[in-house]
Amino acid sequence: MNQPASASSERRSLADAPIRVVSHRASLLTRLKNLWGRRELLVSLTASDIKIKYKNSTLGFFWSMLSPALTLGIYFMVFGVVLKSGIPNFALYLFSGLVVWNLFQTSVNTATGVIVDRAGLVKKVSFPREILALSNVGAGVVYFCSQMLVLTVVLLAMRHQPAWGFMWLLPLSFVSLYLITASVAVLMSGITVYMRDMKHLMEVALMLWFWLTPVVYSYSNSMAAQLKSHGLLAIYFFNPITWIVLTFQRIFYVTQVAVSPKTTTMIHVLPNWPLSTYVEMNVALLGFSIILFFVAESLFGRLEVNFESEL
Amino acid sequence: MTTTIEVDNVSKEFKLHHGRHQSLKERILHPGAGTVEKFSALENVSFSVQEGETVGLVGHNGSGKSTLLKTICGVLQPTSGQIRVRGSLAALLELGAGFQPELTGRENVYLYGSMLGFSRKMVDVIFDDIVAFSEIEQFIDTQVKFYSSGMYVRLAFAVAVNVNPDTLVVDEVLAVGDERFQAKCIDRIRRFQEEGRSILLVTHNADQVRQLCQRAVVLDGGKMIADGPTQESLRIFREHLLEDAATHETIESSANIQVTSVTTPSGTFDVRSGSGMHFDVSVASETAFSGNFVIELFTRSGLLVSRSDAQASPVNLRPGVNTIGVDVAQLPLLAGIYDLNVGVVDSRGSTVVAWSEKAASLEVTYDGRESGIVEIGATIHQD
Repeated sequence: MNQPASASSERRSLADAPIRVVSHRASLLTRLKNLWGRRELLVSLTASDIKIKYKNSTLGFFWSMLSPALTLGIYFMVFGVVLKSGIPNFALYLFSGLVVWNLFQTSVNTATGVIVDRAGLVKKVSFPREILALSNVGAGVVYFCSQMLVLTVVLLAMRHQPAWGFMWLLPLSFVSLYLITASVAVLMSGITVYMRDMKHLMEVALMLWFWLTPVVYSYSNSMAAQLKSHGLLAIYFFNPITWIVLTFQRIFYVTQVAVSPKTTTMIHVLPNWPLSTYVEMNVALLGFSIILFFVAESLFGRLEVNFESEL
Repeated sequence: MTTTIEVDNVSKEFKLHHGRHQSLKERILHPGAGTVEKFSALENVSFSVQEGETVGLVGHNGSGKSTLLKTICGVLQPTSGQIRVRGSLAALLELGAGFQPELTGRENVYLYGSMLGFSRKMVDVIFDDIVAFSEIEQFIDTQVKFYSSGMYVRLAFAVAVNVNPDTLVVDEVLAVGDERFQAKCIDRIRRFQEEGRSILLVTHNADQVRQLCQRAVVLDGGKMIADGPTQESLRIFREHLLEDAATHETIESSANIQVTSVTTPSGTFDVRSGSGMHFDVSVASETAFSGNFVIELFTRSGLLVSRSDAQASPVNLRPGVNTIGVDVAQLPLLAGIYDLNVGVVDSRGSTVVAWSEKAASLEVTYDGRESGIVEIGATIHQD
């Protein structure tokens, strides 16, 4: 080999370099390995997503806290003041469920169209395509963290003690939330390439999904009895986000039974399940979400093959 | 010697949808609408690129070279076969495809770097080189959407070459930027070659391949029709273009024209620099044909020395063997061997009718002390 000394001294031997194989379809394991290998790209894309979102706006990143706060304000006015839900500390109740829902909804909403929107990039540069959807979820996680920070401040200001005994379920529940959000985001971003209507359909579906999740109403107080009498309880709990929302509410809102300040009747705000039920629920959920993520990844692998000709 | 790119029996089929509906409503209303036609873009292509080699991939539009390139870069998956790429690979495909207009040049450099698979730390080290190469120092913190297209491309090229990949894939991008920046890019590619890295150059510009590549692979209609030394592959490429022209254009199919020989009165092609020379080209034609005659002169390293004006040297061929004389009053070339291509093109100068690649080789001797290709005979004065 006739390399000039200056160049060869710095370069590692090419013979030891890893080989990348391009063939018809990669196995799930290879895909996950590739994904892990490009985690730095995920971080850069997430950072640029956030930067772009708040570029040219005066309040910048502050919007990531301001806009959920405004949403919260609206729900509080409608359900707390006008419709009189009767749940004491209603803002806190709303907040502990809304952080979960916001992460899921913003991520899935933006990720649904992301591959179609960035067709130019997808057709020109090689990288695991699901990273585009995952970067939207990553941005959602960053907003989630900033909202959690606000939640902590609110708890401190109200001198409200969270349920410390349940606190260790929080990371478990968060991992499930991340995996479920990521799975739906990745899958939807791929399907939208073939069916452009998905973007509009998803907006409506997410709205329906929101009302099926006990964020603005109390599951135990307004739904449980009705569902039980119609035998729909199992269907209601098909929604994994409900499980996570209930866990978050149990941790941060804590109060299971309260006396309504307006009607002075007893209301069951949260189900009176023992810790063991929450543990079982979250362990099962984690297992489910890991499997869901694998399924989403392998389905996306099938969808990915024809992106070039569909975009 | 290590193989950097190995293309192993790769085929790629595309499904062409005719009139298929993309919205859900239309799909439900017309479930079977549209037909699917299979189109084979690549058929059993195999070749490899060794470490330190520069290989040209040539073919005219629609020959499948872009598809092959995309599969090598991993943007497309082949329908069958496999591609193995060793070490890092940076592709200069559509420069700036990864740029986000809303971000600044600096932010885009890091983002594009990570898209090519290089870490933030690695980009930190070469960041100054990238900026210096792109020559947009004062705009690096400006949003990319305010860049001119030239600045955009220069920055993208600067990132791709400065990340020092083991293999560089270059696709028709040397056509961008002004002439000075182009020269800079060619220089950078030459340095890459000297450093023993591999380059795959994809183009339909034969001159560029001659200049930079030792080997060339020729694609035509998705099939590989040549893989060998540049001169040999380019000859096949040109001949193929002629065959295609003959089948596509009816005027040309009636004119069966061939360059049969190139001779000099003395019988040798040894010339002294500065002297005149004459040679005769025999062209056999079946029918009468009016067109233009073209000669090209190349150095052995593939640099185009001169190409005659393809619209201003008319020849009227009669049926039979025609002799065309070429006179050069004073050959300004310096010592070396030069390859001569001759051919006949149509009257508009756009379609090649007959071509002979490397029809003869001139051996020029020179007694002076000037070096290079052309004698300019500069005289030096001092006041």
